[in-house]
Amino acid sequence: MSEIFGVPTQALFSQLLIGLINGSFYALLSLGLAVIFGLLNIINFTHGAQYMMGAFCAYFLLNKFGLGYWWALVIVPLAVGFTGVVIERLMLSRLYKLDHLYGLLLTFGLALIIEGSFRHQFGSAGMPYSMPESLTGGTNLGFMFLPKYRAWVIIASLAICLGTWFLIERTKLGALLRAATENPSMVQAFGVNVPRMITLTYGFGVGLAALAGVFAAPIYQVSPQMGSSLIIVVFAVVVIGGMGSIMGAILTGFGLGVIEGLTKVFYPEASNTVIFVIMAIVLMIRPQGLFGQR
Amino acid sequence: MTDHTDAITTAHDEAWEARYQRTAFLVMMAILIVLPAVVYPVFLMKALCFALFACAFNLLIGFGGLLSFGHAMFLGMAGYLSAQSAKVWGFPTELAILTGMGAATVLGFFAGLLAIRRQGIYFAMITLALAQMVFFFCLQAPFTGGEDGIQAVPRGKILGIIDLTSNTVMYYFVLAIFTAGFLLIHRIIHSPYGQVLKAIRDNEARAISLGYRTERFKLAAFVLSAALAGLAGATKAIVFQLASLTDVHWSMSGEVVLMTLLGGLGTVFGPVVGAFVIASMEHYLSELGAWVTIAQGIIFVVCVLAFRRGIMGEIEAWLRSRRKS
Repeated sequence: MSEIFGVPTQALFSQLLIGLINGSFYALLSLGLAVIFGLLNIINFTHGAQYMMGAFCAYFLLNKFGLGYWWALVIVPLAVGFTGVVIERLMLSRLYKLDHLYGLLLTFGLALIIEGSFRHQFGSAGMPYSMPESLTGGTNLGFMFLPKYRAWVIIASLAICLGTWFLIERTKLGALLRAATENPSMVQAFGVNVPRMITLTYGFGVGLAALAGVFAAPIYQVSPQMGSSLIIVVFAVVVIGGMGSIMGAILTGFGLGVIEGLTKVFYPEASNTVIFVIMAIVLMIRPQGLFGQR
Repeated sequence: MTDHTDAITTAHDEAWEARYQRTAFLVMMAILIVLPAVVYPVFLMKALCFALFACAFNLLIGFGGLLSFGHAMFLGMAGYLSAQSAKVWGFPTELAILTGMGAATVLGFFAGLLAIRRQGIYFAMITLALAQMVFFFCLQAPFTGGEDGIQAVPRGKILGIIDLTSNTVMYYFVLAIFTAGFLLIHRIIHSPYGQVLKAIRDNEARAISLGYRTERFKLAAFVLSAALAGLAGATKAIVFQLASLTDVHWSMSGEVVLMTLLGGLGTVFGPVVGAFVIASMEHYLSELGAWVTIAQGIIFVVCVLAFRRGIMGEIEAWLRSRRKS
């Protein structure tokens, strides 16, 4: 068995894989946060709860309606995204003229309500979600064992991240979106329905969170509190990357996942805190974040 | 963050404000002195600790415009240090509380140095992330006892004379600490320093152009707030003879935001009222489990959408309008 820096390669690569998996969740979630923040100027504290709703939704589709994983991938983002649209129309839209911090407080309250309701209904214990059959098993790459499902999650979330990047940076719709981020009233003067755009953007960001939840369901236990601790790490990721750029959110997400995975190999005591430590260092050197603009 | 813009105040208004503050303070003290005759003192001590905690938090948000989402780190860290020094190092009670407060002050200085580099939403996210880091530290550090916390902390004697084992004696000791903290905050708000802080809250760019080093003022506010939150946490650990992870958890940071928001951001008495309401809700609804979380969430949503001035903010607005007409 070969070793790198006194660590068996097998362990190194399996932690790297876990790091990449975590990184794909960080990337998907911080991407959603960045898209929402760009247009709404609100930090969506409900994001973790919506990620959890995504996982639960997939669980119900399977166990109540017999609709499997592939159906869930389509239905769940739409369904949870729709609840996001309702939340935006009924509540968030009333806050745009106020200090942005009220948006943070409102979404924090919503997160408490959602998490509390799920805990009341289902208790705190996690529920398993069985993997789709076509993605069970894996291949031996010689230096490590690669489970199929994990490879799928990494590739799929990378594809979705890059797709979102393409949509926002390279298409006509994305150009409108970026224009509305810069100057909403000007874009509205050109006959674009900006309020509707804002609503759909929030729904889209929420849908991304729900999709991440579906990806997570077969890996982690489906439980009411699966989102709340994750979202705090994602906030740190967002602070490190800065919310200015879409690509920045993607790169920081994956990068920090890998760094966290490596920390687990070389200095496991710090694996919980390494992202926060990096955040502190970044704040000292480059307060606007790695990809942020002043 | 506060909704109201201060109208031009005349000398007459100021006299009225001072009279209102004095009357309200006396009413509050009278209630707090009599209350243990009717209500269980242990619950009251908890509420008083939360009230001081919320007042400290309010100093930062209400008068500095900085929303910290990580204040639990000061409450919890001070609790651990005060419990550790009272139980393991054998410090007398008042010194143990000061040790806890000192720990929170140092932590506040370093957290503040980092957090004030960004504003608004980022400030909230950074404080939350730093508090989570402290949470993981407390979870793993050997002296904190992990999930068990530090238990059976001795209450000790004040100055080696007055025994604190009795709940009634302990209550008046806590009340004295709360009053001292409350009056200190009142003093800070009405000092020239507090006026500059309010100016920074309302228009930071203008304060800078007037020659104020705003980051120093903000850092000082952060450290003061952390120290007072630490005082609350250190006292709480002595009262309940326990320092645990609950006090460092992010939900505690959320709770103090809720207390202050419900009572009235930027009002002097609001955090006290809010703390008592939320503490009684938890105390009397505790068997309902997850419903407490749901209720807290609903209060958040209602306050933000329809009740942004909070309880005391509404009362004060009503009193002012009645005086004008």
